[in-house]
Amino acid sequence: MCLAVPGLIVAKSGDTGTVSFDGVRQDCSLALVPEAEAGDYVIVHVGFALSRLDPDEAERTLALLREAAGETGAGARP
Amino acid sequence: MSVGGRLDLKHGRVDMTHGGGGRAMARLIDGVFRDAFANPRLAAGNDAAAFDWPGGRTVMTTDSYVVSPLAFPGGDIGALAVNGTVNDLATAGAVPVYLSAGFVLEEGLPLAALCGYVHSMARAAEAAGVEIVTGDTKVVERGKADGLYINTAGIGRVPDGVGPSCDRARPGDKLLVSGPLGDHGVAILSARADLALDAGIVSDTAALNGLVAEMVAAAPDVRVLRDLTRGGLAAACNELAQASGVGMTLDQAALPVRREVAAACEVLGLDPVHVANEGRLLAIAAPGDADALLAAMRAHPLGREAALVGEVTDDDRRLVEMRTAFGGRRLVDWLNGEQLPRIC
Amino acid sequence: MKWTQEFRDGSLAQGLAEALAAEADPDRRYAFMEFCGGHTHALYEHGLLDLLPGNLRMVHGPGCPVCVLPIGRLEQAIDLAKRPGVTLCAYGDVLRVPASKGRSLQSARAEGAEVRMITSALEAVALARQQPEREVVLFAIGFETTTPPTALAVEQAAGEGLANFSVLCNHVLTPAAMRRILAGTEGAGTREVAIDGLVGPGHVSTVIGTQPYETFARDFGCPVAVAGFEPLDLLQAILMLLRQVNAGRAAVELQYGRAVRPEGNRTALDLMARVFALRDRFEWRGLGEVPQSALTLAEAYAGFDAERRFDLPEAQVQDNPACICGDVLRGAADPPDCKLFASACTPDRPLGSCMVSPEGACAAHYAYRRFDARREAAAP
Repeated sequence: MCLAVPGLIVAKSGDTGTVSFDGVRQDCSLALVPEAEAGDYVIVHVGFALSRLDPDEAERTLALLREAAGETGAGARP
Repeated sequence: MSVGGRLDLKHGRVDMTHGGGGRAMARLIDGVFRDAFANPRLAAGNDAAAFDWPGGRTVMTTDSYVVSPLAFPGGDIGALAVNGTVNDLATAGAVPVYLSAGFVLEEGLPLAALCGYVHSMARAAEAAGVEIVTGDTKVVERGKADGLYINTAGIGRVPDGVGPSCDRARPGDKLLVSGPLGDHGVAILSARADLALDAGIVSDTAALNGLVAEMVAAAPDVRVLRDLTRGGLAAACNELAQASGVGMTLDQAALPVRREVAAACEVLGLDPVHVANEGRLLAIAAPGDADALLAAMRAHPLGREAALVGEVTDDDRRLVEMRTAFGGRRLVDWLNGEQLPRIC
Repeated sequence: MKWTQEFRDGSLAQGLAEALAAEADPDRRYAFMEFCGGHTHALYEHGLLDLLPGNLRMVHGPGCPVCVLPIGRLEQAIDLAKRPGVTLCAYGDVLRVPASKGRSLQSARAEGAEVRMITSALEAVALARQQPEREVVLFAIGFETTTPPTALAVEQAAGEGLANFSVLCNHVLTPAAMRRILAGTEGAGTREVAIDGLVGPGHVSTVIGTQPYETFARDFGCPVAVAGFEPLDLLQAILMLLRQVNAGRAAVELQYGRAVRPEGNRTALDLMARVFALRDRFEWRGLGEVPQSALTLAEAYAGFDAERRFDLPEAQVQDNPACICGDVLRGAADPPDCKLFASACTPDRPLGSCMVSPEGACAAHYAYRRFDARREAAAP
């Protein structure tokens, strides 16, 4: 629920950072994701990063999506 | 005619005497307005401008500009005031000729800023090929005018054979836009300090009369021209659907939107079809004219990214629908109330 | 936008739609609830309902904090805003919501009340810092996604000793509301909704993880798929639920693995546990009393609780008797079933909670689908 958007941390300073959403920059609080660093993608809600986006998981999800949509080499659907 | 004395254009501010009708006001008009809008009619110093008029179909329009902040990436209130009125004339099919300009100044407005906006108007007028031939100045107390309000009225002549009108759209007609949606609205939102958004987007404010001239040369019987302003493409389409008694279908995948504008809209929870433009137009043309019109638009600097975005349908409910990028259907409704960023 | 565009691929969406059509058992019907208002909005905005098989119906849930905010609580905020010396800070969504007699925070502002729209809770703290002579109140609404930001704001204000800052707390909890949907109220007497599966709220889950939903699978036999907000996320989650139902399984599955960790966000959860306490009772607009469903400030932060600092009237304001928002919020009715829908009740003049926010089922249906006078899923 709630509008939250993935963005790239381009600069981090203490608890805040500059997050870039496809070139649109906004200063956000990173206090809720202390492990996130510049170069990480985070999900941002009302000016706060809530979680780090895991690129490996994202790729895994996309692979499952492609399979479910019938785009695997095998072609056959379950 | 000069009244002597000096205005401190660098550090001075508007005060109540500048609206009082006395020497201070004359100095202001001389030093700020007449200087910037230099043309013989204004220099004559009359309250009203006199000119000969060739006759024929004539269009007149007026608009008031109350934008805040007064300056934003890509423009300011002055540029908007000229371009907006020129565009209203142009989308009525007219060649814009003369403008008037009325100013309501707030006590305390820095004269340097005022000069900036006035020079911006002068530049925009020159680029559009129009003259500002008459004007008016009033001053109100601090707190009563958000810095500056401008009203412009304009007059132009419609060439024979040209007659776009909001009630002329017919089922089967094609919808075209002259370029990417939402630039102006996002530029304004970026300039609002409370949103702290750095979008790198500049307002698309521009005079469209040159583009329109090319368009009507290619397709004189273009049915409708409408410049996109507050409420964006959605407002324009819904207004025209109501006026013409038709429905419309837009193709979401065909709508041109800059990457950064799309991203800013995602972050703020806004829909680009509702976001304002100030230098884009919507054209509705008979199917046979669409290709020629698109080519003419793309050949002009202000129409390079023009696109065919939909068609007019036979729908007495007058609804504007959209085919989403996923093959689904949804309405493109009027915006409800003011566009506020969503959190949810 | 990276990590957004990939999940909006039109041809993959078509492929998923075909998979749903192929795997939906023609001899039965499916009803899945998307709990979250953001999911409702996404389904409508992208036209995804057209991609679902005719025997699969999406039931819109109550996960819209503006919609479930009781009018009486909004009245308190308006009341505070009108007091001299008070600046009320609120998110944009709530400014236009009508309370009683057509009043709203926006109309109060037009009459001279100091109401400030914010997009981040920390803006309210900054305002308190900049204007020590004013009482700055943060009107805090939202589910667990919006709650940690409020907690951070409170801790920051406490750290700076900002005695003029306070919070009017209306944060509500997702699992409690889901339990109410699945369990109903005892002796409710109203039609309860049969739901075959739940699409779980992706961003709430970044905070609370997936464990809180286990009870719904285990004790209610209801499969849960925690989903992201892009079209492909929703379609994939719906397919996951379909497969569970067809296999007779009931488990909690995570579709939004790229953003949600099963254990949630420990930092955020610890923060919430420090700053907030569970309320004894809280009434939800449209749902009535929901046990263990809302938060108030913890004792340690009582000094920042606007309800304790100010004397606020406790008002019970009834909805229009013809309004069936309660049924719509529980999924027992669809927007077009309501006599007031699109006639007396529109987004410009909302009579009930489902129409006041763009995330509400009625507002979404009005804005995007009101050409559909009938229910989305075709009859048998």
